[in-house]
Amino acid sequence: MLIEIKESAFEPYQRLLDYQSESGFTGKYGATAVFVGSMREFNQGDDVEAMQLEHYPGMTEKYLEKISQEAAEKWDILDSLIVHRVGEMLPNDPIVLVAVWSAHRAAAFDASRYLMEELKSRAPFWKKESLSNESRWVEKNT
Amino acid sequence: MTNPVITVKFFASLREVVGQGEAEIAQSDGQTVIDIWNSSTNNMIQPENTLMAVNMDYVDAAHPVKAGDEVAFFPPVTGG
Repeated sequence: MLIEIKESAFEPYQRLLDYQSESGFTGKYGATAVFVGSMREFNQGDDVEAMQLEHYPGMTEKYLEKISQEAAEKWDILDSLIVHRVGEMLPNDPIVLVAVWSAHRAAAFDASRYLMEELKSRAPFWKKESLSNESRWVEKNT
Repeated sequence: MTNPVITVKFFASLREVVGQGEAEIAQSDGQTVIDIWNSSTNNMIQPENTLMAVNMDYVDAAHPVKAGDEVAFFPPVTGG
């Protein structure tokens, strides 16, 4: 179980491979569920040029650890990884990686969905978009 | 030794509305989270949907606050 907050761009698929190869569960998992969220170049009908992602240092990690622990208690999983970007980012940049490993697919699918939905609804992160002529806080998650 | 102050933090759009990111408030007996909001914002009306945390755990407005606590106010989250 690992939580990482990244202040610069990261490559989610490389991070996934690195984490998996260093893990102690090689040969134990039959399923890996992976979710990658990326920054779009549009939102609410406007072109978005850049985005600032703010978080609450300390609480963000604490909350992500809490939901990772909950997922490990609810489902029979081997491990989970959450990586989330903060700071200045550009369209197409990866924002979030959630990965879950388990022996069989149902637990990996369900636990990764749970982590992602809990992250979106309660983890303290906030997006501010830069448009061509203004910047605005994103007011709700879709 | 306890600290006789409460640390208050504001994030994202709420920091801009309140005009500060962090404040310290003198601690007094019987304070709740909403009392901390009122003291640190000069009784500003709290925006609907404001989320509140004490020591980095979500709480509601009536949650008691004690010396040394960190109280945070922020808008609905938009990560992921």
